[in-house]
Amino acid sequence: MPKNSNLLQGWYKRPDIDFGLTVKVFYRNLKVFLKTWKANIMFNFLEPLLYLWAMGFGLGMYVSQINGLSYLEFLAPGLIASSAMFSTTYEVTYNSYTRMAREKIFHGMVATPVSMDDVVLGEILYGTFKGVLYGFVFFIVVALFGVVHSPFAILILIPLFLMSVIFSNLSLIWTSLAPNYDSFGYFFTLLISPMFLFGGIFFPVENLPAGIRFLPWFTPLYHAVETIRPLVLGQADPSIVGHFIWLIIAAIITLPFPLTMVRNKLIQ
Amino acid sequence: MSELTVDQAIIAQDLTKKFGTFSAVNNISFMVSRGECFGLLGPNGAGKTSIARMIFGFSPITSGTLRVLDQDIRISARQVKARLGVVAQEDNLDPELTVLENLMVYANYFRLPRNVARERAEEILQFMDLTEKADAVVDELSGGLKRRLTLGRALINQPELLILDEPTTGLDPYARHMVWHRLRQLKENGTTMLLTTHYLEEARQLCDRLIVLNRGTILEQGKPAALITKHVGAFALEIGVEPGLHGQLLSWGSPWLKASQRIGNDLILYSDQGQELAENLGLKIAKDHLRIGYQRLRPTNLEDVFLKLTGETLQGSEDETEG
Ligand SMILES: Nc1ncnc2c1ncn2[C@@H]1O[C@H](COP(=O)(O)OP(=O)(O)OP(=O)(O)O)[C@@H](O)[C@H]1O
Ligand SMILES: [Mg+2]
Repeated sequence: MPKNSNLLQGWYKRPDIDFGLTVKVFYRNLKVFLKTWKANIMFNFLEPLLYLWAMGFGLGMYVSQINGLSYLEFLAPGLIASSAMFSTTYEVTYNSYTRMAREKIFHGMVATPVSMDDVVLGEILYGTFKGVLYGFVFFIVVALFGVVHSPFAILILIPLFLMSVIFSNLSLIWTSLAPNYDSFGYFFTLLISPMFLFGGIFFPVENLPAGIRFLPWFTPLYHAVETIRPLVLGQADPSIVGHFIWLIIAAIITLPFPLTMVRNKLIQ
Repeated sequence: MSELTVDQAIIAQDLTKKFGTFSAVNNISFMVSRGECFGLLGPNGAGKTSIARMIFGFSPITSGTLRVLDQDIRISARQVKARLGVVAQEDNLDPELTVLENLMVYANYFRLPRNVARERAEEILQFMDLTEKADAVVDELSGGLKRRLTLGRALINQPELLILDEPTTGLDPYARHMVWHRLRQLKENGTTMLLTTHYLEEARQLCDRLIVLNRGTILEQGKPAALITKHVGAFALEIGVEPGLHGQLLSWGSPWLKASQRIGNDLILYSDQGQELAENLGLKIAKDHLRIGYQRLRPTNLEDVFLKLTGETLQGSEDETEG
């Protein structure tokens, strides 16, 4: 077992990627997903759907308006983003760890022309796919609730994609550091849950205490919510460009780390 | 140079693998010819898996050179791996997929066209006696069947060189013989093999040449039969007797002895003249009324060589730590 401090060794080196083989790695995971997707997709939906019901209709009775929106209109678009976030992070923590550490699937793949970088990029691609898929399906639910007000709402696929890339990267970084399954509890308690609660889904971040109001700006979920909400409600204005740029830059900056860290963890 | 190298599937020169400051493989050199089955033997932790992993490009070389199928594995890992088949010590199949799907997915990594993959998968299922299990989910297979699938999967790209890290561990005797038979067939078709195993009978049956490793260094190398002749001769006489009498028996037997070793209370004497040794010892034992538990004369095998070579070093190191 290597010291975690060494995992960043050589992070600046150009990764060894063959995109065709990366797609084959992605396809392997997709094939497994297609065997069980019905059960999985039900579960991943249920939670945001319950939130939508409980908050949107229950709590919504007491909250008359937020920034000129009904509470359901305010809440529902944000849950699209969180649905994607949860789907990606579960996949790329628990499931990736299973493939990597328990089933040794990564080891099997790299005994072929596939490189470890292909494997990791394939995992990121798959985590992103799942985020976009679950986000999009939730988007359809939101549309059924009558909250989608603009045909341009379909553009939410772009922030969903970028945000899912970022969460794939962050999750895989954690996965490369994780000594066992229990450690993922910290990831969700310390990072994911706070983002979910304070990232602007349930109430505007302006309502946070002044001292910590700046914090959401550092989270991918916040920027995704701030682009998805106006797109869904047909209220997009040039201000969303800034959030887009944040997401693009974060996706690019975080990408080298999972590649390097997983490679250093497994290849010794 | 080139003529020599073309005939070699693997050329390792001063190969070293360190984990931190610990040398798992220490400056070893060997060559594996094309078409040959080459064995790596050695006790647990000797460095067999470390060597295998360097050869298929998984584990970076600390120092030395390693040419695999005429290419430097560090520079052309993808090209080399396309021509290798690997059976790792630990199974790493796709547990959620069926047996057939495992083969098809693996074929993808070699970019085999679908129809070719399908054809080969069916051949492999037949070859490994897995046709009936084609649609079984791997998670539900027994350990031995998984192992057979792992070996079958390694054949999907029709490799020139097979790297087999304990391929038959966990197989029942019937399955093991089946795998040996298949490996021999592959060898007849020209496949080169690097095999690690703890079953000495397996090494004897399959390997043309082998090396015995301990703590990352080569103790001995050669053809199995030659190693037996060289180290232990034709016969082994096992005598169950308390250690206090070992010295006496050794000195009586010395005119015929080629080698000897102790395993617990057993003394094993090696000799080319087994019958004479047994008779002469028997006379002396009877004359001095020594109490002997049991006595058995049998032909030697590779296991004797292995125990002698690795036992010597184990004993040597124990003496070191005591002294
Ligand atoms: N990743 C690693 N980090 C540190 N030490 C390692 C690592 N992998 C192997 N070793 C050490 O290297 C030595 C050789 O291990 P290796 O797995 O090559 O042995 P082996 O001959 O295959 O043994 P076995 O017969 O038990 O499979 C062992 O002492 C082992 O503990
Ligand atoms: Mg081993």
